[in-house]
Amino acid sequence: MLTFLARRLASLLVTLAVASAVIFAVMEVLPGDPAEIMLGTNARPDTLAALRANLGLDRPATERYVAWVSGFLQGDLGRSYTYSVPVGELVAQRLWVSLPLAAISLLLTVLIAIPVGAIAAARRNRPVDIGIMAATQVGIAVPNFWFAMLLVFVFAVSLRLLPAGGFPGWGAGLWPALRSLILPAVALALPQASILARVMRSSLIDTLGEDYMRTARAKGLSRSEAVRRHALRNALIPVLTIMGLQFSFLLAGTIIIENVFFLPGLGRLVFQAITQRDLIVVKSVVMLLVASVVIVNFLVELAYAAVDPRLRRRA
Amino acid sequence: MSAVVAGRQGLAARALGHPSFLVGAAISLVVAATALLSFVWTPHDPTVLDIGRKLQPLSAAHWLGTDQYGRDVLSMIMGGAVTSMAVSFVAVGIGLGLGVPLGLLAAGRRGPVGEAVMRANDFVFAFPALVMAIMLRDIFGPGALNAMVAIGIFNVPVFARLAYGAALPLWTREFVMAARVAGKGRGRITLEHILPNMLSLIIVQATIQLSLGVLAEAALSYVGLGVQPPAPSWGRMLNEAQTLMAIAPRLALVPGLAIVVTVMGLNLLGDGLRDLLDPRLARER
Repeated sequence: MLTFLARRLASLLVTLAVASAVIFAVMEVLPGDPAEIMLGTNARPDTLAALRANLGLDRPATERYVAWVSGFLQGDLGRSYTYSVPVGELVAQRLWVSLPLAAISLLLTVLIAIPVGAIAAARRNRPVDIGIMAATQVGIAVPNFWFAMLLVFVFAVSLRLLPAGGFPGWGAGLWPALRSLILPAVALALPQASILARVMRSSLIDTLGEDYMRTARAKGLSRSEAVRRHALRNALIPVLTIMGLQFSFLLAGTIIIENVFFLPGLGRLVFQAITQRDLIVVKSVVMLLVASVVIVNFLVELAYAAVDPRLRRRA
Repeated sequence: MSAVVAGRQGLAARALGHPSFLVGAAISLVVAATALLSFVWTPHDPTVLDIGRKLQPLSAAHWLGTDQYGRDVLSMIMGGAVTSMAVSFVAVGIGLGLGVPLGLLAAGRRGPVGEAVMRANDFVFAFPALVMAIMLRDIFGPGALNAMVAIGIFNVPVFARLAYGAALPLWTREFVMAARVAGKGRGRITLEHILPNMLSLIIVQATIQLSLGVLAEAALSYVGLGVQPPAPSWGRMLNEAQTLMAIAPRLALVPGLAIVVTVMGLNLLGDGLRDLLDPRLARER
């Protein structure tokens, strides 16, 4: 297990290093000079040069790359060109919206998908199963931002039960803040839950047919006991993998949904930064997003290896 | 030879008796036909603004009414089908064209070359299409090309993993051994024996990636990273309809339904093709 861990960790670090180099290089070749954007096109050349020196833009690219990465590792993400505050602070503020949103929708996804998938598997090919499968087929096809608009129309505009958008901040109290995250979280969760429920169903159907299930029944366990003790646990392995893969969709979804509900999260931040050409913000947020995808998949792989010893040897 | 013909006939007969394949194929054909038809005919020009006719309800002149700029909604939906199909087809083309050869190369070479190819794929997987589109926006400019490339790059590792996973076990099969004994090179074996044996898997995956492409294009256009005005796009129609939900919900319902129906059609087609082309997989579901 230790050598497996060491090898996976090494490959994780290499991936992150390459990702940072790629992101830096892409941002380097982008047209447009941040100093010119900050000062406008009428700025005097010597003012421009002074600002560029101040921002460190006159140093060679390799030097700036090393400075960016070593700063990143120490939690210093640089200074935003437009907000004139440390990017780390901006990101930390925004994370307090994006992370709870992602966490709530992940929780909803699991709470919906696992029981629904299990029920469908248990009632395989009966009307309940066919109904669930048809519903998930629709759920997969619905774009989350459109679903979000429909939710706003029904629950905010027509019924006036929940806010249509915006975020009061956690300082306004737990309930007002949570209330404004309910619709976005549901909009994110339902399409994801549809996919996961289908995975859960087919995975449980597979394990129900395994020899060890027959053995469990033969040694006297009731059907529900055998399902609970043996089938469910094994069925969760593929579900876990798919959840890891879904994480990047969840992230992308969060960014888009924040724009539907005008939530001041990372997604809004990155879109504002793009239009204002605040490249240091774009660069750092993109790096954070990519790093989180890589790390989550690494953790899923570890969890997977912990459950299934055969995988440790293969890697 | 006769066995092959019998197999084909059997396939056609099974296709006609497979409801999800039939429904999926019918929907996909209708969407494709709508897109093609819009090249030669739409009820109105989808790009012409006519403020005097804004927000008109459904009528004989405007079957699906007009939007806040007086554009004909049906014409925009038809034009949007072209955008949707074009972006997702090109994106799948990029994924197929780069991913399948890479996966085949990794499986044929294995060793360090294979390892390097698959590691590079894992790496690309860490960049969701949206993040890719954000990064590439300033290189290609926001537009259809940006969406095509961003979604296309995301498709590459999908097809590379698929081709790699399917090709590895094929390399140990008797007919490949026989071909090697007969003196065929790796490249020729890949083309003549490996690739034909995994075509059905690739076709099924391509259908699934097409439907994901339709969703991704809509999302990118919705946030302004995809197709730009005046070219019609379902995602941008939804963006423009958002503030009008209370007075004209129809403007948000129609493009949304177009996306849902198209994606469902492609998914059903993919499920059907998987059942028809690979009976082993069909049994499990």
